[in-house]
Amino acid sequence: MSSTHPTLDLGATEATPLSRLVQVELRKAVDTVASFWLVAAIAVLIVIVEGGLLLVVLLQDGESSAGDYAFFASYITAVVLPVLAIMLVTSEWTQRTAMVTFALEPRRGRVLLAKYLTGIVLTLVAVLVAVVVGLGCALVCQVVQPDLTTFDLGWRFLGGFVITQVLAMSLGFALACLLLNTPAAIVVFVAYRVIPVSVFGVLAVSFETFADVRPWIDFEYAQGPLYDLSVSGSEWGQLLTAGALWLGLPLVLGVLRILRAEVK
Amino acid sequence: MITVEHLTRRYGDFTALDDVSFECRPGRVTGFLGPNGAGKTTTMRILVGLTAASSGIARIGGHRYGDLPNPGRHVGVLLDAGAQHGGRTGREILTLGALSMGLPRTRVDEMLHLVSLSGEESTRRLRHYSLGMKQRLGIAHALLGDPRVLILDEPANGLDPAGIRWMRGLLKGYADRGGTVLLSSHLLNEVELIADEMILIGRGRILAQGDKQSLLASRAAGAAGRSGSSTTATSLDDDRLVAVLRERGIAAVRGPGGVSASGASVEVGRAAAEHGIVLIDLRAVEGGLEDLFLELTADTQREASSYPPPPAGPQGGSR
Repeated sequence: MSSTHPTLDLGATEATPLSRLVQVELRKAVDTVASFWLVAAIAVLIVIVEGGLLLVVLLQDGESSAGDYAFFASYITAVVLPVLAIMLVTSEWTQRTAMVTFALEPRRGRVLLAKYLTGIVLTLVAVLVAVVVGLGCALVCQVVQPDLTTFDLGWRFLGGFVITQVLAMSLGFALACLLLNTPAAIVVFVAYRVIPVSVFGVLAVSFETFADVRPWIDFEYAQGPLYDLSVSGSEWGQLLTAGALWLGLPLVLGVLRILRAEVK
Repeated sequence: MITVEHLTRRYGDFTALDDVSFECRPGRVTGFLGPNGAGKTTTMRILVGLTAASSGIARIGGHRYGDLPNPGRHVGVLLDAGAQHGGRTGREILTLGALSMGLPRTRVDEMLHLVSLSGEESTRRLRHYSLGMKQRLGIAHALLGDPRVLILDEPANGLDPAGIRWMRGLLKGYADRGGTVLLSSHLLNEVELIADEMILIGRGRILAQGDKQSLLASRAAGAAGRSGSSTTATSLDDDRLVAVLRERGIAAVRGPGGVSASGASVEVGRAAAEHGIVLIDLRAVEGGLEDLFLELTADTQREASSYPPPPAGPQGGSR
């Protein structure tokens, strides 16, 4: 070994700011063929559903509010958001881009944080789209049948929707980190949302004592009061314990897996 | 600039890297040479923090890679040209890199121009790229942040001879400007063409390192009398040259390409001069490095060593 070790001068370089990492992840979320068609499919679906709904309401002289339309739009995006969150993580592994991503930012925790924040940004964008679509449809109704139309968006519902969507997105994110495989993560995600709640439901009916325990360990059940933001008292505690079990645990394990994984 | 000290990596019972130490200096292109599975890629992955070492430490410019702020501005990395999203265009891949490193978008066009990817090619999706185009794009990506150090795993793989020549020029120029380059290959010819210094690795162990001359010299010293160097010569009287050489105890045969002698060229030249034989051509046989490579890695090659060695001479390359 020579006595002189040339060094890199790091003085002028600043660490990559988190905001820039989020910017990169946002771009990566929508710049591939697959993601383009995913977004395009949602847009087409929203147009069809909202158009149909509008037609029915107008033909039958039905009452409607902006919130009604926003509800349907957000329902459609709700199906796809967790999938987008899953793909944010898994595509790095299936397409092997993790090698490049983690070479450019070796602090893997920051990359994961940026991806999670990107998921939240996408969720907020989806809600915003739902609100705009809702208001737009209400505007059409307003012109045709002003007496039967309100611009009430149902803010309580939208607020609850944002929170439950962020939770669903987080779950998709956690399972993606844990499984690192797109189809597996999607399948488990769907199973996760359907199977435990059904099993717990049956158990609660069969055993009376279980009915008292259920809210504390059934995440879907515990999220019930969140949808209209009517959470109170012990329901907060139930959200916390059930959430820690069904969301916290896989998230911690998944993040640990990525932090320690050998990136190939 | 790159310092690797006592690097070891185990997978269960299997030791992929066994006490690997070496150094790469600025202004030099260092070739990392070894058969497939020798540990080249593992070493490079540990260098950039994608794989954890079982023990030992790897530093770049005195720092652990993971401690570098915005490392793309300091170290250009190309580990696998195919490890990019097939659904992104070449231009998009570079744009993402530039965005991540905080570089102006103009840098993307500069790099595309540097690696000769045309405007049309840059808007094609990666899955439609040939291996050679992927390698060019990967090199463009590694150079984006104008780094002081380049780490390239099998960068010449998939390049045509013109492409390899282009890369040699590119990397030589880069090293001449003070850059440090570590590149790996399992093909001796490639490394010989591109690298100033070589590190030979087999089965996770460093077998030899140094520049070409010192590698051959150390081998000559170590194997003195065993095989020695060999020379080909052409003269106006080849028959007499053979006789003269044999007289001096140098084995020599007359072949279609002239006289092959198992002695240093200086010995052959001296013998010819003393007997007034006019030499037309005299050169040391260039198979030396290849012999060395095969010799050093003989017990680490996948092919059983009972295989006959490839024929020497210009056609004897491993391509």
